[in-house]
Amino acid sequence: MITLETLAPVAATGMFDVAWLMIAVPAVSAAILLLFGSILDRVGHWLAVAAVLFSFSIAVCLFAHQLLVAPEARAVGVVLFDWITIGSWKITVGLLVDQLSILFALLITGVGSLIHIYSVGYMAHDERKRRFFAYLNLFIAAMLILVLADNYLVLFVGWEGVGLASYLLIGFWQHKPSAAAAATKAFVMNRVGDLGMTMAVMSMLALFGSSAFVDVNARAGQLSPFWATTIGLLLLLAACGKSAQVPLQAWLLDAMEGPTPVSALIHAATMVTAGVYLVVRSHAIFEMSTAATTAVVIVGTVTLLVGAWIGTSKDDIKKVLAGSTMSQIGYMMLAAGIGPAGYAFAIFHLLTHGFFKANMFLGAGSVMHAMDDDVDMRHYGALARVLPITSITFGMGYLAIIGFPGWAGYFSKDAIIEAAFEHSTLVGVAALVGAGVTAFYMTRLMLMTFFGEKRWREGVHPHEAPKLMTVPLIILAALSVIAGFAMNFWIQDWLEPAVGNHVVEGSLVPGPIGWATLAIVALGVGLSWWMFGTKPVPEIAPVSSNPFTVAGRNDLFGDAVNDTLVVQPTMVLARGLVANDEAIIDIGADGLGAMFAGLSTQTRRLQTGQVRTYALTMTVGALLVGLVFILSQLG
Amino acid sequence: MSPDNYVYLAAILFTIGTIGVMTRRNALVAFMSVELMLNAANLVMVAFALARGNLDGQVATFFVMVVAAAEVVVGLSIIITIYRTRRSTSVDAASLLKL
Repeated sequence: MITLETLAPVAATGMFDVAWLMIAVPAVSAAILLLFGSILDRVGHWLAVAAVLFSFSIAVCLFAHQLLVAPEARAVGVVLFDWITIGSWKITVGLLVDQLSILFALLITGVGSLIHIYSVGYMAHDERKRRFFAYLNLFIAAMLILVLADNYLVLFVGWEGVGLASYLLIGFWQHKPSAAAAATKAFVMNRVGDLGMTMAVMSMLALFGSSAFVDVNARAGQLSPFWATTIGLLLLLAACGKSAQVPLQAWLLDAMEGPTPVSALIHAATMVTAGVYLVVRSHAIFEMSTAATTAVVIVGTVTLLVGAWIGTSKDDIKKVLAGSTMSQIGYMMLAAGIGPAGYAFAIFHLLTHGFFKANMFLGAGSVMHAMDDDVDMRHYGALARVLPITSITFGMGYLAIIGFPGWAGYFSKDAIIEAAFEHSTLVGVAALVGAGVTAFYMTRLMLMTFFGEKRWREGVHPHEAPKLMTVPLIILAALSVIAGFAMNFWIQDWLEPAVGNHVVEGSLVPGPIGWATLAIVALGVGLSWWMFGTKPVPEIAPVSSNPFTVAGRNDLFGDAVNDTLVVQPTMVLARGLVANDEAIIDIGADGLGAMFAGLSTQTRRLQTGQVRTYALTMTVGALLVGLVFILSQLG
Repeated sequence: MSPDNYVYLAAILFTIGTIGVMTRRNALVAFMSVELMLNAANLVMVAFALARGNLDGQVATFFVMVVAAAEVVVGLSIIITIYRTRRSTSVDAASLLKL
């Protein structure tokens, strides 16, 4: 087993003392927006934008400070206050600003700011805009608590907070029954994962007496194999719920019912990657258990294939992107499960994915904005001319996700594929196939949306979105291009003290696996071009008996599986309990009641209403009392 | 003096009263029987007071008589009301206060 030197964070000084404002300002802004009511309807969204920009500026300052100081002084712990003191447990609320969490803080507040600004344009005509921005700010605050917490219990507060924000925002258009149902589904499926989280935290408290990252990392080496595996698997369950990994993947596709900026921020760039963060943050525990890391690798590999498969068969542009998100998070999970060789790549891909997927979701929002909220790609086509900015920025995201040389995904995804091959050939081949399928479905999306013939519905007049929406798109597109190259030679060294990854020499010239990846991607693009680029796209999805298509269109029967394995047995159990309640418990209780009713009917007969009977009873009673007295005197 | 004979007499009066209450249907007669029982008790108290030579029993008798007078007022008015509505003073007929 590899034992790691865990550097204890240094105490906070200077501007790290105000790190908590990063969380507090969006939280207070959310409260103001919710409490002050319609006074703020006209300007409330700018308050929200200002709050998240403020958080971003703090994150940038902290990051700059970390860049300037020596590596040992980069991880800073900020103790805020004592939260719970019970017996020997003392849980403090504190922030840990280290190399890992600052990257997340930058991603959340940076992409969050862009999406806030985009939303000002996107939600301009929504009556409940103020509420929407309040929820977005709430999400930012909760997500920052999640990534900046210095112990698992505070992390859990953020974990639940983002779940709440996700629920509120998926169901934001609550007048649509499908949105309300999707929100409930996401919430319930996340509860399954939260169960794992709760049990993992309780196990840590029981075993270590503390849930602080420092204590857990320091003492993880003494864990028995059983407990290491148990806590590892529980954390994996939590990660599966939050990150929509198989077997808890079914909620993410339905979550697309929410407004598109929400899909971009929560269900692509930040919240769904919290599972990857959790696994990387808990690396000390996972390194103690081969079973747990193997489970992470299996979950990641299966999800990356399942997500890609679903992506190939959907006609709803947001659902294609959702399948793609699942698939890309599968890559991150896979990298996180590989161990020290993969942590940095998991985070690297997480960051680049945050940029290019947010870019593409916002691009999809721009397309929907142009097409009267139609999401069916079969009604699109030839939009490149009318939406030049959207199509070019989307194209940047596309090139990034398929791993076109030089774009962001090329660096991060190829690194994961190479690490996967070093881990095991089978997993490597799966990752390689996933890359090909990614190229296939993303090319299909591009061709169906931006090229080919017009298949627009009547009365649709596409037009480019306002500047408020296109500027964030352009910035994200630029990041999709440069983020990979910018971080490629830097991120491994940067993260090494925080997550203990092994630094691998990076190279711009692809190795054999890199060439194979490029070939597979080219194959996927070519196949997609042949299928969707050279022939007209039918406006109604052709009926298909191809089992792959049928399965893909039905989300690989994820809902059916859940229904059969969980919902139906629960219903049977519930009906059984109702039957038991009615047949046994009710009859017992009712019988007891009926018995007393019958008894009282009999007792009532004693009251005849005959005065002379009462007189007789009294006399007999008096005689009996007298008799008793006399007998007691005699005895 | 010996209270024996007074006690015998009182016992006989009390028994007559009890039997009267239990057997007679006419409310007025039942009422008279109750009075008979009360006075049997009074007789015992006076007899014992005389035998013991103090006044406690005599005083208690006055109380009983006063209470009995009040009782007669209330009881007779109830009986008269019942008679007015039912044209009968039979205690068996007035048995509505039951289910």
